[in-house]
Amino acid sequence: MGSIANKNELKIIARELRLDILEATTKAESGHLSSSFSSVEILTALFFNGILRYRSDEPLWPERDRFIMSKGHAAPLLYAVLAKAGYFSRDELWRLRQAGSPVQGHPILGCMPGVEATTGSLGQGISLAIGHILGARLIKKDFSAYVLIGDGECQAGQIWESAMAAAHYQMQELIVILDYNKFQEMGPISREMGLEPLTEKWQSFGWYTQEVDGHDVQKISAALKTLQEVKEKPSILIAHTVKGKGISFVEKDFTWHGRAIKDPEQYEMAKKEILCG
Amino acid sequence: MRLGEHAGLKDSKPLRDIFGEALLDVVRDNPKVVVLDGDLGNSTKTELVRKAFPERSFNIGIAESNLVCIGAGMAGVGLIPWITSFSSFLLCNAYDQIRLSVAMSKINAKILGSHGGITLGKDGPTQMGIEDLALVGGFPTMVILVPCDPASMRAAVRAATDYEGPVWLRSSRYAMPEVYSQDLDFVIGKANTVREGNDLTIIANGLMVAAGLDAAAELADEGIEARVIDMHTLRPMDVEAIVSAAKETGAIVTAEEHLLHGGFGSNIARVVAENCPVPMRFVGLEDTYVESGDPDELLKKYHLTSGDIENMAREVLAEKRKAK
Repeated sequence: MGSIANKNELKIIARELRLDILEATTKAESGHLSSSFSSVEILTALFFNGILRYRSDEPLWPERDRFIMSKGHAAPLLYAVLAKAGYFSRDELWRLRQAGSPVQGHPILGCMPGVEATTGSLGQGISLAIGHILGARLIKKDFSAYVLIGDGECQAGQIWESAMAAAHYQMQELIVILDYNKFQEMGPISREMGLEPLTEKWQSFGWYTQEVDGHDVQKISAALKTLQEVKEKPSILIAHTVKGKGISFVEKDFTWHGRAIKDPEQYEMAKKEILCG
Repeated sequence: MRLGEHAGLKDSKPLRDIFGEALLDVVRDNPKVVVLDGDLGNSTKTELVRKAFPERSFNIGIAESNLVCIGAGMAGVGLIPWITSFSSFLLCNAYDQIRLSVAMSKINAKILGSHGGITLGKDGPTQMGIEDLALVGGFPTMVILVPCDPASMRAAVRAATDYEGPVWLRSSRYAMPEVYSQDLDFVIGKANTVREGNDLTIIANGLMVAAGLDAAAELADEGIEARVIDMHTLRPMDVEAIVSAAKETGAIVTAEEHLLHGGFGSNIARVVAENCPVPMRFVGLEDTYVESGDPDELLKKYHLTSGDIENMAREVLAEKRKAK
């Protein structure tokens, strides 16, 4: 179960997650550092501020809330969070992307405890969550499903197939969080394949929408608590974030998507910024 | 002459009807089974379940990607989803979803790929699954079942449901005659010899099993005794049955209602080449899309009849004799 930490503790958790992601991706010499960094506070709120119900010592606890990392390229963040939540030893993080290691480049169901879905081809997470909830309704289990999607991911047709279905099933148990960092691999989303008006799109599909500063753990937590009370419709929290948040030279350069920091000087600089942030 | 007539096989109703009945049986017997439909329940015959168990039937609509992943998600609470649609739509619209959320995740989901082959007939090539099994072959963790008649369809639905892991089941509109009695021995991965013989072996699946038996009956009139094997499981393949056939009969004809390119004949040829090379011939679709038409006319036009198997049998026997 995610314990409720105080404000300072949450800040420390977010910082430690960033340090772990930095170290894991640098050791692996690859991995999506910047896409992981934009979601750090979102998952900090979810896992460490009493939102998500889970038991890391019983990963398949039937009543657990589901968390599905639909933007699978943020795997380094997912692993760092799961390790911190106690699903497995932090040492596993240093085996990221190594042959013979279960810590796969993108999450694979069954490889690591706490990983609820195989993702990495974008667009599948909400549909999977709908399946979990439809199943839960049938077998009379009462849990919620949380899905983290990316903004570029909203270009995928399946997102809108699942958006339609979740509204059809009046899925109040479903909360999607959109990491809206405004960049996709090839550049700014508005330039490459625009999504706006995005909030209106979700609303027109029958969703309850709310927007939030995606780097403010308290505000994210408060918003998620509001969304938990929404009745008879699914909800989405559109979290405005900064890609690479916490490392100035990564924030300024979208080409860091999918790249790790390999240069020792840059690594030290990044570490210093995270520690001082 | 109708399919199976020469072999003395009894006529039956369309295989999809049998599927619907068999699925209803497992839904009735096993409370964990749920059925997901891509708005084709009246064609795949899952409508039988929907009528009897509406709360365990889900029409996800015309959105196969969503359909597959919702089914996969339901497996995540311990249910056993049967994800159903035409094979062409599932594979062509949701290959990615089957790959990640079912096959790579090794979840306990069952997929019905209906309207496999060309014998859906008049709806034409957009609906036909002529490449379905080649595509399913790309999921290394998936069991692939191709029943050939009512009894084997019933057994396959039950075996697939009981098996722990992803399974693909091919169904068809065609009325396949009765190859088996009701008490057949159906084991996943274990091919059935449906006719004994030692001059050559015909290895077939789906409706080509009945065609193979017709061909064997015709060849018997000429004094040729063909073994006929129903290879109802494509993965895992019954290597032993293939190797025994090669060793004991010295010649093999494969027959499938599927493209030859990527078809099961080529997989059997690999096993034969590795273990006991013998002359082989292959009955199946050459590189082409098939057109609309009466199913039996199409089978004739595209060389998927007992006569085509017989011709290949004579060829392969001539080659076998020459080699001696």
